[in-house]
Amino acid sequence: MSNITITPGRSAGTPPTPAGKHQRGRTPRRPRKPMTSQFRTAVSPHQLNTTRGRIIYWIVLVVVVVSFTAAFVFPLYWMITGAMKSSEELNAIPPTFLPEHLSFDGYLEAWDLLGLGTLLGNTVLYAGGAWLLTLAIDVTAAYALSKLRPVLGKVVLALMLATLMIPPMVIMLPAYLTVKDLPIFGWNLLNTPWAIWLPAAANGFNIFLLKRFFDSIPKELLEAAEIDGASPVRILWSVVMPISRPILGVVSILTVVNVWRDFVWPLLVLPDSEKMSISIGIASLSSQMPQNVLIASLVIASIPTIVVFFIFQRSIMAGLTAGSLKG
Amino acid sequence: MTTASTPVAGRKQRQPTKLRRSVKRNLTAYGFLCGALICFAFFSWYPMVWEVILSFQQTNFVDPAVWVGFENFRTVFNDPVFAPAWINTAMFTLLALLCGYAIPFVIAIVLNELRHARAYLRFIVYLPVMLPPAVGVLLFQWFYDPDYGLFNQILGIFSLPGLQWLNSTSTALISLVIVSTWSNLGSGTLIYLAALQTIPSELYEAAELDGAGLFKRIRHVTIPQTKLILLVMLMLQIVATMQVFIEPYLLTGGGPEDATVSVVYLMYQYAFNFGNLNAGNALGLMLMIVLMVFSAIYLRLSRDNTV
Repeated sequence: MSNITITPGRSAGTPPTPAGKHQRGRTPRRPRKPMTSQFRTAVSPHQLNTTRGRIIYWIVLVVVVVSFTAAFVFPLYWMITGAMKSSEELNAIPPTFLPEHLSFDGYLEAWDLLGLGTLLGNTVLYAGGAWLLTLAIDVTAAYALSKLRPVLGKVVLALMLATLMIPPMVIMLPAYLTVKDLPIFGWNLLNTPWAIWLPAAANGFNIFLLKRFFDSIPKELLEAAEIDGASPVRILWSVVMPISRPILGVVSILTVVNVWRDFVWPLLVLPDSEKMSISIGIASLSSQMPQNVLIASLVIASIPTIVVFFIFQRSIMAGLTAGSLKG
Repeated sequence: MTTASTPVAGRKQRQPTKLRRSVKRNLTAYGFLCGALICFAFFSWYPMVWEVILSFQQTNFVDPAVWVGFENFRTVFNDPVFAPAWINTAMFTLLALLCGYAIPFVIAIVLNELRHARAYLRFIVYLPVMLPPAVGVLLFQWFYDPDYGLFNQILGIFSLPGLQWLNSTSTALISLVIVSTWSNLGSGTLIYLAALQTIPSELYEAAELDGAGLFKRIRHVTIPQTKLILLVMLMLQIVATMQVFIEPYLLTGGGPEDATVSVVYLMYQYAFNFGNLNAGNALGLMLMIVLMVFSAIYLRLSRDNTV
């Protein structure tokens, strides 16, 4: 056990530093840099630092890295390069690993043929509007339920959380009818952005995440602001919002990504080909497109989500574990 | 407030002031809540109630609706596709659980042991989850192509005969399971990984001192410590996979020979292809009841988790 080095806060895969090498020279009793770990896991660190343990470890590591790359990155590589191949090359047996020539014609053709500019613009409009509306509606609601605690607040919260129990697919038909002919108002929201925005804001999970975070804000902080004469709106805007940035980030990302990825709901409520979101647009035209153009459009459709994932990895993963671990 | 100048006056004034403040607080609160109440009322609560009502009615949205009792249920029950749809959905769920439930847990345990390339592996495992589902599904449609698809080409490299994948009744359903597993594996893996990192190290050390080997440590420490999250994920996954729609909709259209018709897909067909919305609702209600059993177990489990 003597040679475990615990390095809190550092990534476990830290490469050997010059300092470590220097140390290695000075202490002959420790011939190799020991495996470091943030957590004690099932494998004994003692065994891991024996010669046999190290050999097995490196074999497992290489197998895992190679097989995971093959399973999760290779399909994407195949997609990106497939879009650069001509139809003849795509149908060649055996397939070419690298495209014969670097050509972006497939991408340009996809952009024009499928009208990807319009589809992307629509999707940005839906995701952006849903994001703003969800923040405005769910933050105020969660704040009211958490800090203002009105009469029947508990009932309202219970009713909102109860919607989490209803799988969205099974109420899609009545929800579709509601959007088609909004009760009381009699508006037809089909083919309008409101058909995406308003249902996106009715999200019990967001309310749950936000309320749980607001519950943890100390009461004294808000009372101090109240004594200073701040109105509830002012308190929400200038006190609560700034300290809630982490959870607002999680809710924002979840909302935008959900709208971007959603398939069934936009399929029902946006039948007009001018108003479609990108997933629906591509799916509806997929059978009429040459293979390489279709693949190119798939690449273009996935770029935004992958870029968002690159940038907001932390928030996305926090949002993923937030609900299920501490439910 | 300003009225409380003397203690005596303060006591007299307190009741109306308190009431006024409480009314004001409630008005503000409901002012804040009204947006959410409207959205939830129109797009969650009302459709839920209407789902039940429509299932027992016959409507064409011109004439007034007629109550027909269990007629809609009888219609879907007598449909020859009714039984295959439920069997396919159950089979899909079962197969998706076999692949998509055990594999992420094993992957998470392995990833948790690795000290290198962790960020990279976590990133690529989650990458397919970030793709729009339609992209993943259409990508696999190309891979499944019996003549030029990637999968048969790979089989060809090992001189194995190609499969028909989506075109054969025996492989169509499993092909859908593969797409669904590939796209959703990442979220389970990351959730398990987070759970594994909360296991206190003392437990492993104690087990080691007691002479427990690696597999015994996994069996007697790792699994009991993550039992609750494993159960919660089981319920969530059952609810999610039983709603399978996009894979049959985009890849097979329910075919070949109804081998991949799912309940939600049948419901969609009733509403938008067969023009019998009420029968679709009845089918939806049946699925809702089944899924709510699992949801209730999930909510119960996650409540135990917090206490």
